[in-house]
Amino acid sequence: MNMAVLTCINCPLGCQITVSADALGRQKIEGYGCKRGLEYAKVELTNPTRMVTSTVRLQNADIRQLPVKTSAPVPKAKIMDCMCALKAVEVSAPVRAGDIIVRNVCGTGSDIVATRCVAASESAHCKP
Amino acid sequence: MQNIDLAIIGGGPAGLAAAVGAHTQGIRDIVIFERDSTPGGILNQCIHNGFGLHAFKEELTGPEYAERFIQQTKDLGIRIRLNTMVLSISPQREITAVNEQGVLHVQAKAIVLAMGCRERPRGALNIPGSRPAGIYTAGTAQRFVNLNGYLPGKEVVILGSGDIGLIMARRMTLEGVHVKAVVELMPYSNGLKRNIVQCLDDFGIPLLLSHTVTEIVGRRRLEGVKIAQVDADRRPVPETEQYIPCDTLLLSVGLLPENELSKSAGVQLSPITGGAVVNEQLETSAEGIFACGNVLHVHDLVDYVSEESLLAGRNAARYIQNALAETRRNIPILPRGGVRYTVPSMIDPRLMDPELVVRFRVDQVYRGYRVCVYLGDHLEYSRKARVLTPGEMESVTLTQAMFAKQETVPSVTVSVERAE
Repeated sequence: MNMAVLTCINCPLGCQITVSADALGRQKIEGYGCKRGLEYAKVELTNPTRMVTSTVRLQNADIRQLPVKTSAPVPKAKIMDCMCALKAVEVSAPVRAGDIIVRNVCGTGSDIVATRCVAASESAHCKP
Repeated sequence: MQNIDLAIIGGGPAGLAAAVGAHTQGIRDIVIFERDSTPGGILNQCIHNGFGLHAFKEELTGPEYAERFIQQTKDLGIRIRLNTMVLSISPQREITAVNEQGVLHVQAKAIVLAMGCRERPRGALNIPGSRPAGIYTAGTAQRFVNLNGYLPGKEVVILGSGDIGLIMARRMTLEGVHVKAVVELMPYSNGLKRNIVQCLDDFGIPLLLSHTVTEIVGRRRLEGVKIAQVDADRRPVPETEQYIPCDTLLLSVGLLPENELSKSAGVQLSPITGGAVVNEQLETSAEGIFACGNVLHVHDLVDYVSEESLLAGRNAARYIQNALAETRRNIPILPRGGVRYTVPSMIDPRLMDPELVVRFRVDQVYRGYRVCVYLGDHLEYSRKARVLTPGEMESVTLTQAMFAKQETVPSVTVSVERAE
């Protein structure tokens, strides 16, 4: 029989929620302490999503990495694909927070956007 | 000697919010001293999201959260002296700082301390073994990865399951690093549940509770660590020792308020928080010197740092405007029964705002307890708490109305008690 154990993240209690199927294949969710826990378990089982935050290489600036995020949560299974898509990306300052860096990343419908404003460096030419 | 109204030491989330708070109260001659080349402090390297849920009702990344306050200080015309390191503060509020132009001497009418905290280093742990390269605090590794674009290693063990360690376990995994285990001395993690699930469970990284690192192996570069289970007294059990090869060990073993400058100003520190002892104005034992944020006590959420710092800035402004009474009547706020400390730790009800948030931490995990507030012997307030953990800061709100009911209150007590 298939059984999954989830830790609820809604509050510090961290209820252990078990999801199992009975003999007739009906899903049984147990161990949640409140409605939010039940909702969490359902979403985690059907379509778990996560925000992906990372950095891309940055030229012409005093810092070398530009922080970015997905504009909306993406399917959990696509996290590593998103990371791979960012590997070769390079951006040149100036950048504004909210600027789209990669459109529709990995077909998720979500964009990769900058999360920090970075001015063009005045002394960038003498940086290694 | 330059004269200014308000000097704020540190341009991170606490300093920025304190400046906004002082400006709102009508003070204009404000200078923030920041030793880095950009404002925003540690938020700049906290590129993950989850900030601002309380303050802005949305989930922001660290740099986005910082940007909100940086923009606000810009709009208000508040001066920030970047690349400027404060070297000392005198009890008379003379500041000595240094930058590329040389040494600066500034006399301030009031000061807000907002220097933040530092990570506990290896030296604070007494882990036996050699001293090879490859051992970093989690925050140092975070800076390398997120700002400088370097990976500190390829095979990593993390000691301590604080939030920075958990966040770095995920961050390094996303960058292709093999995080072999997170080792935690205590039988529970101090990190948020959300971080345990989304930073460890999502990637199958084992969390070894009641374990610690017993030896560091390697001469020039770290080659591996020995870990072992610990008993109820947190002593390693030799039979359980095992060796994990790795080239990097990250330490996420607690934060300490950075109060070197406070000491030079003669500020009295609490042995429990490591931060200043403050009254309801968030004023320290040194007159006209206020403290807020992680230099006062280590917070889990930046939202509460901002809230506290707005208040400290506003109160510093009121001090400059001579709005604070000269003679105080301090009532101690006593932590009892599982409450480790409170901030503030004293209150003068005549000078308090209509409402005052008192923040505290408990010493262990409590399930099914009550948070109680006594004025003198009288139980004034209590609420049920399904769970209280050392990792999550708690608070109670004292009101003027509570104090109006009693003629004289000798003390306020905050405690956690078993629910009937």
